[in-house]
Amino acid sequence: MDSTFLLGQVFNGLSVGSIYILAALGLALSFGLMRVINMAHGEIVMLGGYIAFLTIKLVPGPLGIPAAVLAAAVGGGLLGALLETTLVSRLAERPLDTLLATWGVSLIVQQAARDIFGATGVSVTAPSWMDGAVELGPLSLPLTRLFIILIAAMALSGLALLLKTSRIGLLVRAANQDRATASAMGVSVRQVDMFVFALGSAVAGVAGVVLALLGPVTPTVGQSYIVTAFLVVILGGLGSIAGCAIAALMIGVVSAMSQVFVDASFSQVVTLLFVIAFLQFRPHGVISIRSRALDE
Amino acid sequence: MTMGAKVGRWAAMLLMSTALVACNKGGGNETAAAGSGGETVKVGVLQSLTGTMAISEVTVKNAEVMAIDEINAAGGVMGKQIEAIVEDGASDPSVFAQKASKLTDSDKVATVFGGWTSASRKAMLPVFEKSKNLLWYPVQFEGNECSPNIMYSGAQPNQQMLPALAWAKEKGFKTYFLVGSDYVFPRTANLIARKHIEGGGMKVSGEEYQPLGGTEFSGVIAKIKAAKPDFILNTLNGDSNVAFFKQMTAAGLTPDKVPIMSLSIAEEEALSMGPALVKGSYASWNYFQTLENPENAKFIAAYQAKFGADKVTSDPMVHGYVDVYIWKAAVEKAGSFDPAAVRAAAVTLDAVPTPLGPVKFIANNSLVQTGYIGQLDEAGKFKIIWNSPAPIEPEPYDPLTFPGKTCKIG
Repeated sequence: MDSTFLLGQVFNGLSVGSIYILAALGLALSFGLMRVINMAHGEIVMLGGYIAFLTIKLVPGPLGIPAAVLAAAVGGGLLGALLETTLVSRLAERPLDTLLATWGVSLIVQQAARDIFGATGVSVTAPSWMDGAVELGPLSLPLTRLFIILIAAMALSGLALLLKTSRIGLLVRAANQDRATASAMGVSVRQVDMFVFALGSAVAGVAGVVLALLGPVTPTVGQSYIVTAFLVVILGGLGSIAGCAIAALMIGVVSAMSQVFVDASFSQVVTLLFVIAFLQFRPHGVISIRSRALDE
Repeated sequence: MTMGAKVGRWAAMLLMSTALVACNKGGGNETAAAGSGGETVKVGVLQSLTGTMAISEVTVKNAEVMAIDEINAAGGVMGKQIEAIVEDGASDPSVFAQKASKLTDSDKVATVFGGWTSASRKAMLPVFEKSKNLLWYPVQFEGNECSPNIMYSGAQPNQQMLPALAWAKEKGFKTYFLVGSDYVFPRTANLIARKHIEGGGMKVSGEEYQPLGGTEFSGVIAKIKAAKPDFILNTLNGDSNVAFFKQMTAAGLTPDKVPIMSLSIAEEEALSMGPALVKGSYASWNYFQTLENPENAKFIAAYQAKFGADKVTSDPMVHGYVDVYIWKAAVEKAGSFDPAAVRAAAVTLDAVPTPLGPVKFIANNSLVQTGYIGQLDEAGKFKIIWNSPAPIEPEPYDPLTFPGKTCKIG
């Protein structure tokens, strides 16, 4: 087995893992705070892809992708806020109903995308500055992949900074640790919920843009990543952001490394077996959170 | 249970049913051109109008419905107008099976035109055998199947893949990398390809599969880089191809550096992938839009007049189109809509001029047709660079891979 190939696979694993980070962060956030399982999360990823497609039509040239990232974050955030106010907050006390209702939303949004953009999907062409690769000795790292890792790192550190240092972050952490007490102290838990949901959806929108760089944007593109995103959230330890990031990279690397021995199709089986085995030893995931909300 | 919980539950159920209705709309029927009160004969058109295969199959549906409309405008079949019942297979074999039984059992159609993936055909086969109906299948496939209830108009392996390999060998390529979607066509096609590559003294340097619709190719591409093949044989289907070519380009492996022969990329796919992405790659088919014959010129003109001047035509579309006309000729020869009589008549018709050139079905229910190899230019058109010296007789069972098996019907 030659070492260039193995190193290349580690890099590929990290790159795939960063896509999973972007796709799963929003899920981890909304689950961590609200115990809400948002089945329509994948559709926000998908809409992010279509927003990228539209933005690049409006802003051709080198600035297309940064503009698309921005537009998808704003668009995803707005959609998330809308979904949270109209549906999720109204079903807040009933997790199973939320699951069904958001699943319904996901089907409606998929069909709407099909009616508006067509069933065949659209293609986003990466700007020319993203062609080519960085040569690192024998290793050649495609710029698109590096860009995706960069975006994921930025999203992660931005989020951490926001939660650790800003006032709104303080409120989010307070609500996360103990909703009732935070509420009694005058924190508007409702607004915190909406903010977190919108924030998670903004990251999902960005995930849609990076997916558009790698493949076609279709009405079902969100579906193909949502299952892995759920796996990431569970493996990461339901609701922990650091855990989510570590779990995403673990799944990415395990799936890439297993492809050294088996093909892409079978590596999915290996990845799932890995998650099951891991949870046997650490049932609470990578980072277990001791939260009152989980003690029920 | 509180009142609020009840209302919430109802809201959820309502939402669900709205969603189900929405799904139904996507997969619903549309009826083309029934006659004005006169007698009609129903036929089914069953392709994926949604899902990962829609990129390819919607155009086949268009061509099939166009042939039906043309026949209706010219007076129909044996004095009857054709009523096309269009159904959506949704890129899902089980939906194909379910819609096929709906067409044969509830709608009582005379015949069905449709299918694309071999998985969808395999799922429909028992339905057609049980209802003793007839399916006209328009796409190249892996062979290794022989049913009196399916007319295999698309290429058998010896009409598409083996010509491609023979051409590659002639060009001097020695090592081959096989990439495919993970289902029956690529698996069987690669089984046959491997026998012929190794039997011809050449080498298979890798064989990789991706789940149908999969879009993450970093691992496969790393293996291609490590194996450094002379030639890639691509049997990916649907929009996975977009992701594959995008990521190959990002990795610096453009078609001019590593030649790629695709078995499921025709004009339509090349156009929607963006011709720049696939420029220079090869394809093997029995039809290219650039073929020059009067029937093709007429077909392209009719299709573009109906669907737009920028639309392209492709091999499976033309097979779907030709199937409808051969069905009509067979019905008229048999003097009956009975599927068994139509099948018997279809395999004894003389070769007729079509956009594919002259073709005819023979007793093994497959089409005698010419093989072509084309290379994509920057406009998404194929330049024909090779053709088989004569029309090729179809062989459902490759003698090297499945020795001793033959297809005998009726």
